[in-house]
Amino acid sequence: MTQGGSPYAAMKLRVPGEPELPSKVPPNEKPRRGALWAWIVFGLGFLYFFLPLIATIEFSLGHPTGPVGAEPSLQYYENVLIDPRSEFFPRLFFSFLIAIATIILSIAIIVPTAYWVRLRLPRLRPIVEFVTLMPFVIPPVVAVFGLIRTFSGPPFPLMNTTIGSNVVLVGAYTILSFPYMYRAVDTGLRAIDIRSLTEAAQSLGAGWPRIIVGVIFPNIRVALLSGAFLTLAIVIGEYTMASFLGSKTFGPYLSLLGQNRAFEPAGVSIISFGLTWIAMGAIQFIGRGGERIQVGGAR
Amino acid sequence: MPFLTLTGVQKLFGAFTAVEDFNLEAEKGEFVSFLGPSGCGKTTTLRMIAGFELPTGGTIVVNGVDVTHRPPNQRNVGMVFQSYALFPNMSVADNIGFGLKVRKRPKSQVEKRVQELLELIHLEDRGNRYPYQLSGGQQQRVALARALAIEPQVLLLDEPLSALDAKIRLILRTEIRAIQRQLGITTVYVTHDQEEALSLSDRVVVMSEGRIEQIGTPFEIYNFPATAFVASFVGTLNLVAAGVIDAGSGRLSLAGQEVRTTKAVTEGGMDGRVTLAVRPEGISLGEGPEGSNRLRGTIEDINFLGSIVRLRLRLGDSNGTGLTLGETGTTISLDTFNEPHLTVPPVGELVTVWFPQEACFVLGSAREGAAAAAELVTEV
Repeated sequence: MTQGGSPYAAMKLRVPGEPELPSKVPPNEKPRRGALWAWIVFGLGFLYFFLPLIATIEFSLGHPTGPVGAEPSLQYYENVLIDPRSEFFPRLFFSFLIAIATIILSIAIIVPTAYWVRLRLPRLRPIVEFVTLMPFVIPPVVAVFGLIRTFSGPPFPLMNTTIGSNVVLVGAYTILSFPYMYRAVDTGLRAIDIRSLTEAAQSLGAGWPRIIVGVIFPNIRVALLSGAFLTLAIVIGEYTMASFLGSKTFGPYLSLLGQNRAFEPAGVSIISFGLTWIAMGAIQFIGRGGERIQVGGAR
Repeated sequence: MPFLTLTGVQKLFGAFTAVEDFNLEAEKGEFVSFLGPSGCGKTTTLRMIAGFELPTGGTIVVNGVDVTHRPPNQRNVGMVFQSYALFPNMSVADNIGFGLKVRKRPKSQVEKRVQELLELIHLEDRGNRYPYQLSGGQQQRVALARALAIEPQVLLLDEPLSALDAKIRLILRTEIRAIQRQLGITTVYVTHDQEEALSLSDRVVVMSEGRIEQIGTPFEIYNFPATAFVASFVGTLNLVAAGVIDAGSGRLSLAGQEVRTTKAVTEGGMDGRVTLAVRPEGISLGEGPEGSNRLRGTIEDINFLGSIVRLRLRLGDSNGTGLTLGETGTTISLDTFNEPHLTVPPVGELVTVWFPQEACFVLGSAREGAAAAAELVTEV
């Protein structure tokens, strides 16, 4: 409909003698410049993230006898997934087990610590924060040599058995997870009035275990999930510590495959990437219900 | 035998004395309010009764049992917080039933008690809601029900209405008192709102700087304040410096005009001046009956406050006649009830006001009275 033909044109209110002001937003205006830049930045970010993935997928589909990218084939995926000699699933499954153990241990250590520091020892917070940052200060290769040296002989000869070395690995990964888990939990605790909630629970007769498990844990569920995601992502891909401790996890397997095969590592990377995302989705699904929780004691 | 007894309770935070020599005896079913400005130690005292703070000295006895060193979860004391402190992850019913579940009561018993309390707070149909789905007033009702569910020996309320708007505050105040009377539960209520304290309580404990200034019924606190602080904190009060003409007969000089009190003046500063206190509602326009105190002054300001109209009067006439040397003029306020046919003198008019001799009382030296007034201004 043209402007002049509009039946509503005559209804436009104008003060006699008042000059008609030019409209600030012409009807056929192009998207604003800010929005355009936002889309450009988003596009660049998207390419930065997905281009390597797309390239890896394309490489993983390369033909076994032809040049790279000649004719797409799922041959390498079959080699990894169907071949009975493939260690893909056992290694990945084992890494998930290690990750779950790490998440549980990390939560068990970090939540009471962060809670107590916030509630009773706020002055210790900078010290605890510094301690949780140690994995960024000490390189994993240095840490793992220290662990091997400490746990190879008495009084804790854990490295002499497979179970023992796996225990050391979980312990080492737990320390690696501290910077992420502590910050996630601390942010979650900051969002709720833990002092009032704790005192309310105490006045109703609750002891410390009940307060932490029944009141604090459910109210920082989202923060715990966030810490758990990061821990899972770290543990699944970790190579240095697992390799030196001789654990049969996914990281060393991926490295070994990369040294001996050309196309399979790319396929394995894509699969593990997908599986990690599915695992994260599953954790998110299990922890659903957070949206109904009001973060904070009072409105 | 008192149900709740605090004897010589003291609390130090480092070198700072938060509560000093606090002594109180409350009977079973009594409603006691701690009233005072911020930082006077009222909440700290309440937290010591709850067990969240350990007293530095003294004892707390509930129902004959010394609970001074008992942890809060073993005191059977219900607490309502200013911030409600409802558990966000639990429904209203779960919040109310939390204390009973902690006590491992049978499920049927928990459900029955929760239903009873939901009816008590008029939220029968909100049991499945979550705290964030309720208004502030409803959340505080739930917090009250949660505290009552465990049938506590003592109910503690820490400024429970401060976060609510005026209208809800008034409704909830009445409900809290009604529920407390119905259940006959010994209650300690902390507030800095004098109206709340006076309207709710059987007795009021007025506190300042960690000390008890006065304990008494609302009537006593308002009409017979024991100290200059209580007089200035509770209600509105004219505090004016007056000279002493004859201490024995209670004759004083105010802006060159004579004022008589019913009691002899026993206190006074080095300068021979005292602080005279008169409530604005005790002063009226006009000459009054024979024997009453009369003051002349100029209307300086008129404030319409809804149900009352407050007039400010500068003593002496507009030329300063009647003032002694060095006085720059003393102002006093007087209240008169508002009514449709009320006529008040215009600003600048010279008027006479009167008040009975028993309506004024002397509060120590003039310096002490001024300090109390200044403290109040700073804290409020």
